[in-house]
Amino acid sequence: MISSLLLQLILNGLIVGALYGVVAMCFVLIYKSTQVVNFAQGEFLLIGAWTCWWLVTSLELPFPAAFLLTFLFMMVFGIVLQMVVLRPLIGEPVISVIMVTIGLSIFFQAVVKAIFGAWAQPFPEVFPVKSVDVFGLPVQPAYLMSLVVSVVIMVAFAWFFKYSRMGLAMRATAFDQQVAQSLGISVKGVFALAWAISAMVSALAGVVVGMVNGVSSALSFFGIKVFPAVIVGGLDSIVGAIVGGLIIGLLENLAEYADSQFLHLGNLYSVAPFYVLVIILMIKPYGLFGTKRIERV
Amino acid sequence: MAPAAARTETATETPLLSVNNIEVVYDDVILVLRGVSLDVPTGRIVTLLGPNGAGKSTTLKAISGLLGTENGRVTRGSITFRGEEIANRPPEEIVRRGIFQVMEGRRIIEDMTVIENLRLGAFTRRDGGAAIRADIEQVFHYFPRLKERTGLAGYLSGGEQQMLAIGRAMMARPRMILLDEPSMGLSPLLVKETFAIIETLCAETGITMLLVEQNARMALKIAQFGYIMESGKIVLDGSRDDLADNEDVKEFYLGGDRERKSFKNLKSYKRRKRWL
Ligand SMILES: Nc1ncnc2c1ncn2[C@@H]1O[C@H](COP(=O)(O)OP(=O)(O)OP(=O)(O)O)[C@@H](O)[C@H]1O
Ligand SMILES: [Mg+2]
Repeated sequence: MISSLLLQLILNGLIVGALYGVVAMCFVLIYKSTQVVNFAQGEFLLIGAWTCWWLVTSLELPFPAAFLLTFLFMMVFGIVLQMVVLRPLIGEPVISVIMVTIGLSIFFQAVVKAIFGAWAQPFPEVFPVKSVDVFGLPVQPAYLMSLVVSVVIMVAFAWFFKYSRMGLAMRATAFDQQVAQSLGISVKGVFALAWAISAMVSALAGVVVGMVNGVSSALSFFGIKVFPAVIVGGLDSIVGAIVGGLIIGLLENLAEYADSQFLHLGNLYSVAPFYVLVIILMIKPYGLFGTKRIERV
Repeated sequence: MAPAAARTETATETPLLSVNNIEVVYDDVILVLRGVSLDVPTGRIVTLLGPNGAGKSTTLKAISGLLGTENGRVTRGSITFRGEEIANRPPEEIVRRGIFQVMEGRRIIEDMTVIENLRLGAFTRRDGGAAIRADIEQVFHYFPRLKERTGLAGYLSGGEQQMLAIGRAMMARPRMILLDEPSMGLSPLLVKETFAIIETLCAETGITMLLVEQNARMALKIAQFGYIMESGKIVLDGSRDDLADNEDVKEFYLGGDRERKSFKNLKSYKRRKRWL
């Protein structure tokens, strides 16, 4: 009964959804620990992907080295961005900070366009084979790599927040900054770390998407898809971000299926997530996993 | 043995913590402390008593550096810890120097477990997991009822949350704990239990404590020395016995004595309503 097209789309949905989940996690990480709604999340993907592309094509570095350098560059980029742009805004009204991140988003898009041009550039082939077989379906190796990378990142996040000293410190800071300080945690350090991790991991996602679709400003649109994902999951829930990402990924692809097979509306792929967003928010205003604080009676 | 004893003796002569005539201002204009001085000798429990709004919590925050998080500053005077000036230093530096504040209202991390809260207490420590696990066991030794609580700390009772807050402070292995109103909102029985544990804990671990309380009766049971603060000033100080015997302290802070009911004392109550 289930056509191979449908299967293919479900698999796509899971793979892309996992990536959405990863970027959504990065967004939630910044929101939770610094209370900043980062509208420039998509540009982290963009900058990361272009950096890696440039290292591979212009400097002709081997891919793993370029990947690692991109990672380091984005870590520094995240820290500097936090220190120079966002730290002075601590204590300013939420709306001002949002305007600044929207401004950053536009600024980075323009800068990247000025440097690398407006056209999509393909990544040089990294993998020796064009496609591998998964349960009889042909899958691009970059897609497989993307899934592996997503899962590894998710496990790493789970470990980090549950067991590592800095992870606990970040959670404590998210819960109550004054208490965190009373424990000897440097809140400035936590903020910088949140931006560093977020930028690094988003860039990773950017490189992976760039390898599949080519590197272009469409990557920041990938970042926009993260909003339905985080809002579905609840703005402050890491698990919610992953589930939200998977839901959005699957939904897009199922919408594509319904559209191409039955409805023939054309653009359902892009708008379906936003319909679902509205419906979920009507039923659960805190998102599926958003928390209200514990209230002991 | 003799020289060692002599050393301890001199150690108690220069106080571990010394607050000298400090003035604290919030938001650059609100003057809250107006020349507060107090000393806390090594290994002792010193209590700071006073009514609501006297500036007790402000004094603790001035010492721990948390004042900065509320836009407050020490604008005059000095705070020395082990002979070094610490006024207006950032809180993370002061924790590393060995002073740990347990804030009013316990302030545990509600969406974490007991163990996670305790591990956070050890944030500034550099020694490894084994030492930290051993210290968690030590906290459970003093507060056995925490051991059975495996859920989120937000669901603990008020008394258990207070114990967790104190346990979390112990995890930092501080030289000194600043404890702000541990009796707040606890039943009399639980206050008794908690204070008894605090007393043994300080005696056995040698941790020095500055204890802020409104419950003067309980505080003077475990402290060796006390200060009384009103409207941003220290108005009285003395040893536990001096304070417990002081007529004014009896009247305003210990309360409940039989004679209070007589007309004569009521009049004197009105007359001496304020220390200043
Ligand atoms: N962050 C702040 N900004 C401005 N004023 C403050 C701040 N914190 C405290 N105050 C003021 O300082 C004074 C002393 O407050 P503080 O909290 O130190 O009193 P307290 O002795 O601890 O009282 P309580 O027993 O009620 O806890 C009060 O008048 C209070 O309004
Ligand atoms: Mg207080």
